This record gives sequence, structure tokens and C-alpha cells, in this order.
Amino acid sequence: MFVRAGVRTPTHNNCDNRAACGVMTEVRTDPTIAERVAASTPEPLARRVRGLSDRAIAWAFIGPTVGLLLAINIFPLLWTVYLSFTNYRANRPNEEILWIGTRNYERVLTDPDIWAAMQATAHFVVWTIVLQTVLGFGLAWLIDRKFRGSAFWTTIILIPMMLSSAVVGNFWKFLYQPQIGLFNYVVSFFTGIDPSSFDMIGSVTLAPWAIVIVDTWMWTPYVMLICLAGLRSIPDYIYEAAEVDRASPWRQFWSITLPMALPFIMLAVLFRGIENFKMFDLVVQLTGGGPGSITELTSINLKREAFEKWRTGYSSALAVILFVAVFGLANIYVKALNRVKQR
Amino acid sequence: MSATGLATAHSVVAPSSRSRKIAATLVILYAVISMVPLAWIFMTSFKTPPDSISYPPKIVFQPSLEGYCNLFTTRSRQTPEYIASLPPPAGVCDEVVRQRNMVIAGPSNYVPRFLNSLIIAFGSTFCAVALGTLAAYAFSRFKVPLADDLMFFILSTRFMPPIAVAIPIYLMYRELGLSDTKLGMIVLYTAVNVSLAVWLLKGFIDEIPREYEEAAMIDGYTRLQAFWKVVLPQATTGIAATAIFCLIFAWNEYAFALMLTSDTARTAPPSIATMLGRGGIEWSAIAAGSLGFLIPVVIVAFALRNYLLRGVTFGAIRQ
Repeated sequence: MFVRAGVRTPTHNNCDNRAACGVMTEVRTDPTIAERVAASTPEPLARRVRGLSDRAIAWAFIGPTVGLLLAINIFPLLWTVYLSFTNYRANRPNEEILWIGTRNYERVLTDPDIWAAMQATAHFVVWTIVLQTVLGFGLAWLIDRKFRGSAFWTTIILIPMMLSSAVVGNFWKFLYQPQIGLFNYVVSFFTGIDPSSFDMIGSVTLAPWAIVIVDTWMWTPYVMLICLAGLRSIPDYIYEAAEVDRASPWRQFWSITLPMALPFIMLAVLFRGIENFKMFDLVVQLTGGGPGSITELTSINLKREAFEKWRTGYSSALAVILFVAVFGLANIYVKALNRVKQR
Repeated sequence: MSATGLATAHSVVAPSSRSRKIAATLVILYAVISMVPLAWIFMTSFKTPPDSISYPPKIVFQPSLEGYCNLFTTRSRQTPEYIASLPPPAGVCDEVVRQRNMVIAGPSNYVPRFLNSLIIAFGSTFCAVALGTLAAYAFSRFKVPLADDLMFFILSTRFMPPIAVAIPIYLMYRELGLSDTKLGMIVLYTAVNVSLAVWLLKGFIDEIPREYEEAAMIDGYTRLQAFWKVVLPQATTGIAATAIFCLIFAWNEYAFALMLTSDTARTAPPSIATMLGRGGIEWSAIAAGSLGFLIPVVIVAFALRNYLLRGVTFGAIRQ
């Protein structure tokens, strides 16, 4: 300290009393913690870092993320929009690209196959949401009784939603096999129907339900999880007050439980709606869109147009339409989400 | 949980022990039924191919490693005379395979695909969490102009159907030479995951009191030092939870992998489905492959159970 001080303040080296001298220099040059931290940072770096304003840091921190999203999401999206007005085919890159206006959109919107796919998607989305909401809310309501071991069983129930939907779809295909499949065997065990008399995947009437069943198996836990949070957010004193007012359990359920959990249920429904609207993996692996095109959901149809028929312009128009629909749903989702957050 | 249980035990709203028992029975019944398919995957993976397609489905069977042997190897059929002339089998799989009049021809592509999945999942998770942490910190601590719009923009990219951007990404990657490369897939999954990372981590960083950094900055830390030495250590749990969510997504992703990879970068999900044996689908091998792919996620799900709700709602709901 003394030496350093002496070196730094050469004007103080002519004092007689070393102690007094030391005190003086120490008062003058004892580095603050700030200086010590600054000293431990290499000079050029320290100068640069000190020069950074909060605003610069903010942009330096956000910039890479926004840049990446622009490059990998927004740029391709704009490209899709551009391609949707052309007759481009990705398997013939050297052919001249012609601007054909809105003809692709006209073709998409008048294509009966697209409307069939939309119908299949609607059937899938509506039924999965109905079943998952009823089952998920019911389960959450039961788990909210807080019986012994409820935390453990909740975790067990949550497992299916973490799994890879492509692998799950592939495996359910095995469970659905007529004769050898477990699903058909269990159904015949309880109902007495011959297990080889029905084919969940191969039958035109059953296939749409086959995909609904698997999606419900997989995603009911998701709805349950969100509903459970909703039920747990209802404070006990409201029920206590209702109890004092002698409201029946039935009345309590309809007047307290359901309305207060509703924003959470809505959130789950919207999220499942968006996810299932763009459903791809599970159904491709399970039915491949078949039999015929009975379970060919919009995303599967799109994939077939884009990567099997290589109608790039046409499928881009379909992708834009699909995106606008999902984006609309997402907007509603975020509004609902904000409302839930404000509670 | 137990504390609130005790607190409400004497309140008027506590459920009666009878209703609790009924609830427990129904919930456990659902849990057990929903586990049957997974249990069936597990059992099938230890069956011999004839057992796996027997009618009626066999619940009691002689366990065998044949499914796993078939998963990891490719085999070729040989005459019994040729097999009899071979030296004694070198391992379990050798023996199992020879009983079917076949010899092991070489390793299957399961292990390379599995490794691809690991590399791409971990690589993209690292990038997404690193980018996400920085962005989340900036959104949490600074007045960013149009912050709400930017956050919504980031979230909205997650709602994009993968197929809607797959066409131009396919064309773009073809131009850049990134198609069917691990780097290309890492970049792509990073972009998909970064929205989740930003949203989750903003929630976690919001929960760290600003006073910690302010105190550190009064002590002379710069903003960056405070971020590095004070905020990051506090956010470790949140970062870990976020990383696991990103990892699960990248691990499970199928649509992009199916359309943008063919061989060198192909991940496990699209390849498990196409594992076909001679003369039909080898369900026991597929079961073994699925099991190996699903088990890590099940373990992780248990580790993550307290953060699950946050993770699946983009941090909208916290418990």
C-alpha cells in the first residue's frame, strides 16, 4: 500500500514522519471498490464497457434474438407470401418464375380437397377440445380434493404430454392393429365385439376418431394442469363465505368454481386449439392422412402439396391462409393470456 | 402442499374423507389407464417378434432381447449350413440372431440418429437459452421501446405452423448448403425455441429483486458485471428449467426434421417410424427404439414437475 501510494503520489515523498505521511497518502489514494473492480478489468475492455449505456446494452442483448427470428421466421414468411403469387416449383429451379397474381389463392379456395381437409381439421379440433376440456377439468377438480399421494399421481398423469408425438403416433398405430393390437383387444374384452371386425385406422368412419382418441390421451394432462392452477387460485374464504350463506355445493360449483376457473380453461382451450389447428406429427405417423384422405388435416395436405407434388406457389398460398388463421387465433390467445395475468 | 392441506383441514370447505377417497380412486384409475400404452411399449420391447404380433396379445411371455438386437443391428439371412460352420456366437445378440437363421451384417442407423438428436437438441438448447437470457434480461430491466410489441412478435413466431415456413427455409438452406446439416437444424431449432426461452426467462428474471443489482452497481460493478455476477447466479434454476423445456422440444421435433433432413442430420423421431424389418414391421424393435427415445423425457418430466405449468403456458401462469 505504502509503496503503491508513494509511486502514485510522488509529491508526498519528502515528509519526516512516516506514519503521518502514510495516513495522508492512504486517505488520498485508497482505491474505492469501484476503482478496484475497474482496475481488475483489462484497460481497453473497461473503457468499452464503461462507455456502454443501458440503452446500448438493451439493444445488444435483444438484437441477436430479433435478428435470428427475422432471418429464420419473418424472411421465410415474406418469401412464402412472394411465392404464393408465382407459379414457382421447387423441383424445377431453372424454370422461369411467372407472376400470376392471386390465381393460387383462387385455386386454393375453390379446391374441394382443401375444404375436405378443413372439415377434417375442424372435426379434429372441436372434438379434441371438447373431450380434453371435460376430462381435464374433471381430473383437475378431483385432484383438487388433495387426497394422499395426489402430487405423485398428478405427475404420472402428466407424462404423455411430454412425449414425442411422432413416436407416440407410430406406437398407437401398433395398438390400433386389428387382431394383434391391444386397443382392439381391450374393446372386445369389454364389449364382446370381435377384435378383427373393426380397424380404427383403416376404416373411413373410425379413423377420424382414432386420431381424436390419441390426441386426447396425450393432451388431456395439459388441460388438467392449467385447470388445476385455476382451481388452486380460488381463495378458500370465498367458499367459506358461500358456506356461511348456505349455498349448496351445486350452486358453489356453478357460481364460484366454474366462473373463477374460466379464464384458465379458456387459456387451455385456445392453446390446444392453435396447436391442433396446425397438427402434423401425430396424425402423419398414425394414419398418414388415410384411409384415402379422410384424416388429411390441413398441415398434412400442405406438406403433400409442397414436398410431394412440388406445387410450391400453390402450397405457399395455402400456407399464407393457414398462417393468417393461426395468427388470428394467437392474437386472441395473447389477449386472453393478458387478462388471466391481470387477475 | 402439505402446509396448505393442514391449514384447510379444519375449515368448512375441506372435502370430506369420503369424497376424497372417491376422487383418489378415479384419479388413480385414470393415471393407470393412461399408463397402459407406455407399459405396453415397455413389454413389447422385450418380446420376440412372433410374440409381439400374437393373437390374443400376450401379457405373460418369455422376455427376450431380440427387439434390442434388431434395433441396433442389420442382419442378413443365411443358410443353416453356413451358420453351423461359423465359430460359436460372440455375444447375446449373435446367438439370438442365429436362431432366426441370420447373421449380423452391421450396425443399424439407430445410434447415429440418436446421436444426431442429442447434438442438435443440446446445441440448439444452448444457443436458445444464451440468446434468450440476454433478451429476457433486457426486457426485464430496461425500458425498451415497443417492448410489448417486440415480446408479442417473439411469441407469435412460435405459433407459426412449421409447414408454413418450411418451403422457403428448404429453398434457403438449399442455396446456403445448409440442408441436411446439423448446423442448419441447430440454427432452426434455436429460432423456434428462443421465443419460449425469452418468455420463460423474463418471468424468472422479473422475480429477482432489482435491489441486488443496484446494490452491486453502487459497489462499483458495471451493468454487465452485475448481470454476470449477480443476476445470472440467481437465475440458475430458471435457466435450467427453461433449458429442459427447450431440450424436450428439440428432442421431440418431427416436422422440420422430416422435411429438411434426409441422412446426415436426420434425428431419431422420423427414423424410428421407418424402421422396417424383413417381411413386415418389427414392432419389438420399434418398441425398443421408442422406449430408448421416450425414457429420457419421462425422467426429465419428473425432475421438472414443479415448473411444468410455467413451461407449458409460456410463463403466463405461475404456481
